[in-house]
Amino acid sequence: MRTALSAFHLHRPRSLTDALRVMREEPATVPLAGCTDVFVALNAGTPPGTHYLDLTPLGGLARIAEKDGVLSIGALATYTAIIKSRLVRQQLPMLVAAAREVGGAQIQNRGTLGGNVANASPAGDTLPVLAVAEAVVVLRSAADGERRVPFTSFYTGYRASVRHPDELIVALEFPPVEGKQWFRKVGTRAAQAISKVMMAGVRSSRPRLALGSVAATVVRLPRAEAALAGGASIDEAVRILSGEITPIDDIRSTAEYRLAVAGNLLRAYWRDTAVTVLKSD
Amino acid sequence: MTAVGQSVARKEGLGKATGEAKYADDLTFPGTLHGRTIRSTVAHARITGVRLDFDPAGFTVVDHRDIPGSNHIALIEHDQPCLAAGEVRHVAEPILLLAHEDREALRGATVHVDYEPLPVVTDPEASPTTFKEILIEKGSLDKGFAKAEVLVEGTYRTGSQEHVYLEPNGVIAVPEAGGIALYGSLQCPFYVLKALKPVLGAAVANVRVVQTETGGGFGGKEEYPSVIAAHACLLALKSGRPVKIVYDREEDMWATTKRHPCVVRHRTGLTRDGRLVAMDVDVVMDGGAYCTLSPVVLSRGVIHAAGPYRCANTRIRGRATMTHTPPNGAFRGFGAPQTQFAMEVHMDRVAERLGVDPVKLRLKNALKPGDTTATGQKLGDDTSAVAVLRAAVKKSGYNRKRVSLKGTGAGIGLALFYHGSGFTGSGEVMLASTVALETTATGARILVANTEIGQGTRTMLAQIVADALGVPYEQVEVAQPDTSKVPDSGPTVASRTCMVVGGLLEKCAIAMRARLGGMSPSAWHANRGPLRLEQRYEAAATRQWDDATYRGDAYATFAWGCDVAEVSVDPVTYAARVVKFTAVQEFGRPIHPAMARGQIEGGSAQGIGWALMEHVVLKDGAMHNAQLTNYIIPTTLDTPPMDVIMLENPFGGGPFGAKGLGELPIDGPAPAIVNAIRHAGLDVRSIPALPEVLHASPPLDPPPPARAG
Repeated sequence: MRTALSAFHLHRPRSLTDALRVMREEPATVPLAGCTDVFVALNAGTPPGTHYLDLTPLGGLARIAEKDGVLSIGALATYTAIIKSRLVRQQLPMLVAAAREVGGAQIQNRGTLGGNVANASPAGDTLPVLAVAEAVVVLRSAADGERRVPFTSFYTGYRASVRHPDELIVALEFPPVEGKQWFRKVGTRAAQAISKVMMAGVRSSRPRLALGSVAATVVRLPRAEAALAGGASIDEAVRILSGEITPIDDIRSTAEYRLAVAGNLLRAYWRDTAVTVLKSD
Repeated sequence: MTAVGQSVARKEGLGKATGEAKYADDLTFPGTLHGRTIRSTVAHARITGVRLDFDPAGFTVVDHRDIPGSNHIALIEHDQPCLAAGEVRHVAEPILLLAHEDREALRGATVHVDYEPLPVVTDPEASPTTFKEILIEKGSLDKGFAKAEVLVEGTYRTGSQEHVYLEPNGVIAVPEAGGIALYGSLQCPFYVLKALKPVLGAAVANVRVVQTETGGGFGGKEEYPSVIAAHACLLALKSGRPVKIVYDREEDMWATTKRHPCVVRHRTGLTRDGRLVAMDVDVVMDGGAYCTLSPVVLSRGVIHAAGPYRCANTRIRGRATMTHTPPNGAFRGFGAPQTQFAMEVHMDRVAERLGVDPVKLRLKNALKPGDTTATGQKLGDDTSAVAVLRAAVKKSGYNRKRVSLKGTGAGIGLALFYHGSGFTGSGEVMLASTVALETTATGARILVANTEIGQGTRTMLAQIVADALGVPYEQVEVAQPDTSKVPDSGPTVASRTCMVVGGLLEKCAIAMRARLGGMSPSAWHANRGPLRLEQRYEAAATRQWDDATYRGDAYATFAWGCDVAEVSVDPVTYAARVVKFTAVQEFGRPIHPAMARGQIEGGSAQGIGWALMEHVVLKDGAMHNAQLTNYIIPTTLDTPPMDVIMLENPFGGGPFGAKGLGELPIDGPAPAIVNAIRHAGLDVRSIPALPEVLHASPPLDPPPPARAG
């Protein structure tokens, strides 16, 4: 049943400083950066908290910019903004591909990259991309100012991260990505669906791979990556991958299926990103 | 210009398009309270205590002791309580009702219920309780199997399905002088009226039920509105104020009816050249915790279980059993999609075993005019099984693609099916529907209890009356169904509204035209005052049915269909995707071609969802994915381009040759798709054929050789 909302507290900050003050004073505050998942919980009667901080007024956190080769995407940049950004299309086409797979147009207009990261669902559509892009999470708090955490060490477990209760994610930073980028989401239908398995990959001398929805958090696959870098066959890499993930049976799929599809995705990535030799007739 | 056969503007189209149309939640009455239902969270238990964990000031609270009449929802049996008294038999069973002015206060109230658990039955095949058993016998099974040279057996399973009408269930009960008025989103106003009377008893002298604009039903608003209506009336009675109850999506999915899950076992004997000589069919349907409509869903299911085929020796056994889940109920097709799924997937397995083409096997056995069905019904000239099959094969390029797609990971499959129009057996005789027509200052008004639920009732009935009365379509209006004003023309179910109710209105309009003697209805109205005529259903003397033996004419007639699905299976994800769909359907004559095409496209899309993705995940007897984020229905990207062909074969017993159409389109897609998956090389015998199921399905290459039984 829908949650009664009138007993909840909603803060609407005027500035980032104001927002960080609320986070310090009310550590259990849930920051709202699009609400696309929070509303599902409210409709189901499972609210994530009683105090909320609406970040929407902080337009400065929606910036997408590049400096010294590092692409910075503000936490409040929407999927639509990411899809439209020339910078992102040039440097991170796999992030554009992931953003296009999030919900429908309305959700893409509301949902944000920072929200996807903070929400910490293992099924978050952009997370495998962030893992292989070796993104950096920029956090800020009133007490400690700004700090940077590599995305690959951001999550500590199911829906848990190193973010301190008083911190806000303000941006994601991306160093240049060398190599061919690849992304595929397997959902429960052609569009507007939560993922059952998804993979992002970068093909270079140092292949990078990440899978979503197959473990408590998004996971990189260091052993499969190392095998491919060392020239192992794709069959061998698929076998190694199977030992690196721990998919489960849940409401959307089965462990057995996820394991099989993860292997298939690895093969598809390897095939699709192979250097094609153009034949001249 | 005549209206029938033209795609005229819908009567309510502009209102819906502009937002003028008033749905239940749009209606406001002074002093309205909002109602909420406190439901069980366990599948089977004794209630040992109920505690209100909130300040009751400002709340109206109702439990079973507040029911002035009898604590049951009147349907076939009286086993379902209006509010649980002592025992709950499924998750989401109503226990307590709350009402308050403020929806927020209502949502914030918590109620604690203590339970003493009781044993839970979840397997319908192992259930100790049977709601209904049916046996259909034709010829001699022993003699038939003695003639058989080939024997093919198989078990087929179909899953549950949620209706996902756009508008969830919602009603408002309004106390008025001398009684109570119930407004709501519903299919069958007189069903609700019949259910309210015993609950309210002598305490309420006058009850009337009014249908508000309804955002879809698909059978889901056939019987369930009686429950929510009774709840709103009880709260209104106790508070003395109007009470509105509108479910949100999650409550609607969690608590209300679904399609019956079904298991069908086939044992079939054939001659080596492919003639059906013996069919033994066993059907088990999961009724859920209370009987509700399960006996009649089972009835339509078993009658259609032998498919559109001729077989001299047939036995069909069916039972609907109890499990501790929310009651399953009416859903477009009403049992027939389940049993015809089994029959049609079985036919492709039979063809495979015989090593013959599935089309040739069907052509050899398809029902023709003069043949008899399993119940012994002799079929008339409007029997179109062969015609729809031939047209579908030609239009879809089935024969060519059957060869070209072989071994490519894609496949093409078809299903041949039929659907009885109107109530089963003597149902229409017992209903004895009545319709009325009256003159108005501007033309004529139709008075029926049949409801517009998005399928086009108002428009289609007005077209029939306009032509039969000889007036322009624009001069015919349709009264809002209000049980105090319209006669009981029966429920809006069973593909009966056009053929049966439309047929009665046609007769009524012809009689009125004769009475007017050349005068227009409005001129008569102005000069001689209002004229109102009624027409009552009369049993056709030629139709015979025996409820005890299940022999005779099960339906007035049948509509026929053949669907062809072309499917590709993704080698990475194992997802089957329908890339092309051809639907050839014969339902007499389309009164409104655009709406008829819409019914076929919509029913096919709903069938594609049922076949491939709609999965009701039950956990401890409750729907675990009662949210549209996790209960997946097809979007436009999951539905292929559709070729819809409407063959005409006018039926003498229907208005302007029309038969029933609403349910037919959902009988074919699932078996056509599963047969296409089979052609693509995977042995699937249950739906939903999720990617997980395909991944786990055995490959079929090479197909098993023909073998004698």
